[in-house]
Amino acid sequence: MSKYSHAQKKVEAAADGALSALERYKIIITTGAGAIAPDDLSAEQAAAVPVELFSPAVHDAAEAERTASNDYSYWRSTLRMFMKNPVAVISMATVLLIVLFTLVQPILPGQMDANKINNNPETGLQIINRRPDGVFWFGTNSIGQDLWARIWSGTRTSLFIGLTVAVLQALIGITMGMLWGYVRKLDFLFTEIYNVLNNIPTTILLILASYIMRPSVRTIIIAMSLTSWIVLARFIRNLVMIIRDQDFNLASRCLGSGLRKVILRNLLPQMVSVIMLRMALSIPDAIGMEVFLTYIGLGVPVETPSLGNLINSGRILMMSPSLRYQLIFPAVVLSIITICFYLIGNAFADAADPKNHQ
Amino acid sequence: MLVYIGKRLLRSLISLFIIIVVVFCLLRMMPIEGYFPSFDKMTPLQVENGLRKMGLLDPVPVQLFNFFKQLLRGDLGTSMRYRQNYSITKIIANKAPFSIRFGMIAVGISIPLGLGLGVLMARKKGGLWDKFGTVYIVIMQAVPAALYYLFLQLYGTQALNISLLYNPDKLETMILPLISLALPSVAYYAMWMRRYAVDESNKDYIKLARAKGVPGAVIWFRHVFRNAVVPIVQLIPNSLLLTLAGSIYVESLYSIPGMGGLMVDVIKRQDNTMVQALVIVFAVLTIVGLLLGDIFMALVDPRISLTRKAEAR
Repeated sequence: MSKYSHAQKKVEAAADGALSALERYKIIITTGAGAIAPDDLSAEQAAAVPVELFSPAVHDAAEAERTASNDYSYWRSTLRMFMKNPVAVISMATVLLIVLFTLVQPILPGQMDANKINNNPETGLQIINRRPDGVFWFGTNSIGQDLWARIWSGTRTSLFIGLTVAVLQALIGITMGMLWGYVRKLDFLFTEIYNVLNNIPTTILLILASYIMRPSVRTIIIAMSLTSWIVLARFIRNLVMIIRDQDFNLASRCLGSGLRKVILRNLLPQMVSVIMLRMALSIPDAIGMEVFLTYIGLGVPVETPSLGNLINSGRILMMSPSLRYQLIFPAVVLSIITICFYLIGNAFADAADPKNHQ
Repeated sequence: MLVYIGKRLLRSLISLFIIIVVVFCLLRMMPIEGYFPSFDKMTPLQVENGLRKMGLLDPVPVQLFNFFKQLLRGDLGTSMRYRQNYSITKIIANKAPFSIRFGMIAVGISIPLGLGLGVLMARKKGGLWDKFGTVYIVIMQAVPAALYYLFLQLYGTQALNISLLYNPDKLETMILPLISLALPSVAYYAMWMRRYAVDESNKDYIKLARAKGVPGAVIWFRHVFRNAVVPIVQLIPNSLLLTLAGSIYVESLYSIPGMGGLMVDVIKRQDNTMVQALVIVFAVLTIVGLLLGDIFMALVDPRISLTRKAEAR
């Protein structure tokens, strides 16, 4: 509104003869106020406009049919909504810092190897259960390994499991969900798969899968991806079925949006929030499952430090208060990571929902 | 209604059949040492004879057929390693009562607490209860249960000055396992209750009720609560039935001789027949629970017409 009235003022100034004819003309053309402005010119003023300023417009049938779309950017709005949430921003910063640190930690100076058993140079004995000090920042464990190095190495393993599961789940879930939604013949098959997977408790399936395969990082990733995609696929399927017949999509297609635009601008924004929520929440889930599987003896082998392994070895020693730090350190790191991912997931789901964009 | 239940039952039976077939086929891939009490001391010939005697070298469809015949007689097979040649049905009959007792009490505590907390949170959105409840729910949902169970056991037993493990003769040792079981489910019920109650309280008929001067308490309990609780009711039969399966983690932490701990035990001892039987029992329970949930929901909410819903599927 304000833009328009400003333009109109300029047009009026032009009509008063305060500006040269050329300027006047430019203003009329660029402000788009041409439709009203010529009427405001007096007969002499109109006659004074030089004819050479006019050139016939080329008629282009395609151009004439083209409809304008506004400059609303889905991702920019999502980002703006996300940034408005201080809790989400802090969680995001924390997660980024932790991920970055686990990546650079091994190449920092003065870091110990996670599996190296530290011996006392004077006595040659293992430095076992040393409480946190200047050399061993988080202390050592019951066979003399540096807990600081093990925790970051374990965080790396756990984050790797979580992120891989999240990405695999998204890839399988989106593909299968699209197929499920578009190809009607497959509906029965997928629904039956859904019933089966949904009817067996996830923990039991996980236990079963880990029991059949040998314990390793790969086993955990496969076991978790095996079941988790179905929930996302079902969401996608429902959304595809709802959205593709909705009026706005129909209207958009009538106005000439191609398949690319339908998928990217009409379908995807409605799904992003669900996809991101599932991905973000599957990371704490995966990390928690790893802890659980380790506890019942189906986890990652001890040589590969993981947060589950560390917590499990901390648990064995927890009854003596002086050794409790071996449980508390990995527990705190794990809690920070899982809580941050959970908060990010929820905040992003809110921000990514187009209904919340102004 | 009866037609619906019949159809729904049939669907459940089909799902159940598929699940048993899938689980059975999956379990054929289990390590074979899990079929013998002392595998290490056996010669390959003995192993082969043993497998043949158990019918494990037959083609899978034959095995499956035999297994179904056995199931119909109510026989889940015999344990191989956990308790040699002991009927699995009997083992379960001994273990299940512990899980049921703990589970029922925990569900009994968590439903009123969870629903109450949810309503409190929804009534004053952004208020003190809402903030407290949100933090609690986030922690319960995000932090692995494995972790807070552990700390609860560690500091709880110290604070109450009781032994670390469950002792059937001492009632006070039941407190911590019960709190452990209730904590996450209170959060779960509260989360859903809050969400449904907030949705409900924004509806037009509530605004009308408020406008015509119905007292707040009446609105909340007669209108909002009654309507918001319907989708939650669907969850209750399943959580009651699953108490039979026990909580794997809590039971093994406190050495409660129930079904959940049993699952961990038989996995650690690689007793294939027991793993198979327990997986199938758990799956059956879930299916029956979901079925009962649907029926129960129809009873609570007269507006839900199940026959129409069934057609809509």
